[in-house]
Amino acid sequence: METPLGDLWSPIRLTLELAGLTTLFLLLVGTPLAWWLARTRVWWKEGVATLVAMPLVLPPTVLGFYLLIALGPSGAGAVTGPLLGLRTLAFTFEGLVIGSVFYSLPFVIQPIRNAFEAMGERPLEVAATLRAAPFKAFWTVAVPLARPGFLTGAVLGFAHTVGEFGVVLMIGGNIPGETKVLSVAIYDFVESAQWREAHILAAGMVVFAFCVILAMTLIQSRAARAGA
Amino acid sequence: MRIAPSPLDVTAEPLIRAAFTGALGRFTLDVSLRVPARGVTALFGPSGCGKTSVLRCIAGLNRMSGTCIVGGETWQDETHFRPAHRRPVGYVFQEASLFPHLSVRRNLTYGAPRDPAHHAVAFDDVVRLLGLAHLLDRAPRHLSGGERQRVAVGRALLSQPRLLLMDEPLSALDRSTKDEILPFLERLHATLDLPVLYVSHDMAEVERLADHLVLMMDGRVTASGPLAELQSDPRLPLAAAREASVSLDATITRHDHGLTELAVRGGRFLVPGTVGPVGARRRLSVVAGDVSLALERPSPSTILNVLEGRILSAVPLREAEMTVVLGLGTSGEGDRLLARVTRRSWDLLGLAEGKSVHIQVKGVALAHPVPAAAQAITD
Repeated sequence: METPLGDLWSPIRLTLELAGLTTLFLLLVGTPLAWWLARTRVWWKEGVATLVAMPLVLPPTVLGFYLLIALGPSGAGAVTGPLLGLRTLAFTFEGLVIGSVFYSLPFVIQPIRNAFEAMGERPLEVAATLRAAPFKAFWTVAVPLARPGFLTGAVLGFAHTVGEFGVVLMIGGNIPGETKVLSVAIYDFVESAQWREAHILAAGMVVFAFCVILAMTLIQSRAARAGA
Repeated sequence: MRIAPSPLDVTAEPLIRAAFTGALGRFTLDVSLRVPARGVTALFGPSGCGKTSVLRCIAGLNRMSGTCIVGGETWQDETHFRPAHRRPVGYVFQEASLFPHLSVRRNLTYGAPRDPAHHAVAFDDVVRLLGLAHLLDRAPRHLSGGERQRVAVGRALLSQPRLLLMDEPLSALDRSTKDEILPFLERLHATLDLPVLYVSHDMAEVERLADHLVLMMDGRVTASGPLAELQSDPRLPLAAAREASVSLDATITRHDHGLTELAVRGGRFLVPGTVGPVGARRRLSVVAGDVSLALERPSPSTILNVLEGRILSAVPLREAEMTVVLGLGTSGEGDRLLARVTRRSWDLLGLAEGKSVHIQVKGVALAHPVPAAAQAITD
């Protein structure tokens, strides 16, 4: 059985939307969190850092399982869902975004936190002695200096969201046009022996992964040169 | 042209009063400062004695318990701590610490108030004073070490500070770069009426720049006063140093035979060459080892400078020498000099405190060799 190639666009578009939106939220949530982790001296900060990093080690199905419960009608989803006009957040695109944010958070936090830590206290002290209030110093000094960290974090967060599978399957299921993203689509095509479609998508992912890693390397080497 | 205030009217002037206590590495910082909020005050002492911590506390970058009152404004006391960004200070760090993502121009203007009406120090003046015109559109990474530090000084000045704090701004630079920057700092001193606290462990820098000196050791202030007064205090380690010297602020009185005559309190010095117009002020430095004493007016010799003075005090130095404090003028009421003589000569000549002597000075150095460019501005 042959699907028209037009059907391939739906999972691709959905994946790009999911990854884009997730990256946006990751930067919004991750930046203050990374800033706090880089600067605070409270003793329990490494506890928070560990929690954030857990998705690196946990099987995606475990994360997905808890998210399913949390987002479902008996969890927080029962409260937040109606705000978005939904009965529940499980098996919805919105639920996928939330799940992806948790799942990819460590990939965004780590490079941004490292960049904030690497710049040290000095640039902010200089800004303070030049009468810059902390908020101004953050925007005009810390953020521009941490730019390579932001770029790395954004690329990694985006790419990692594109590549997620287990979490999506657990909380999103396989609803075409709603939660059926690339990785799930490939799985489906293989299940139903649609090798041509599986080949196209899989090869596309290989090229994508190559480009991502190359981009990362270039960002880092450029940053290293600029810092020298 | 700014006339340096005489030490006598210091009390009538606004003060910087600061006292801090707190842990500092292996010892406790426990300092109390009271210095004029005018001219250059050097915090001088060996590395690690707490000079930088004092400066950081005054800037509000470190927080220790204590008080800090600058020109009548309380920046810190038992109940208040004004954060660093609300203190009108300029801070020059040991490393220039320019913002690498901004051009020289944008580094310079980063801290400048939006409203130019608040600019006591104008952008163009700073650029000219520090020789930055050709660097404005460059990125900091394309500047030499000396250029970076000049930009850092300019950036601090343009934030329109009421107090400039400089933390060993030259120590990260090599000898020739230091010599390139010192004239710029001297120009600042001569043209801007801005109090400066200058941390240094290099006496040569202090001699050229400072009016007032605070000596520190192991987290404490050991002495504080006008530069020459501390240099000539035989109880302080400065006078015992191998290269002990005293600085004198002098006024050029005339030129003759290719020499310049400069008046200090209680005497006159001659130095070769024309070092400035009549009426200009220059700082002289006389090394203790270059000063010898005679009871009677010496017969004419090639030594240019023979002055009258009186022995004010003397303390033994190591096994064979004496450090002698001299007052210029027949009654010894003028500026002070140090002389280094052997105990043998001391006894042989029957020298004693209160005795009138003829002072022969073999060498006088201009501590302020003002460069031609700066002269055009200051004179």
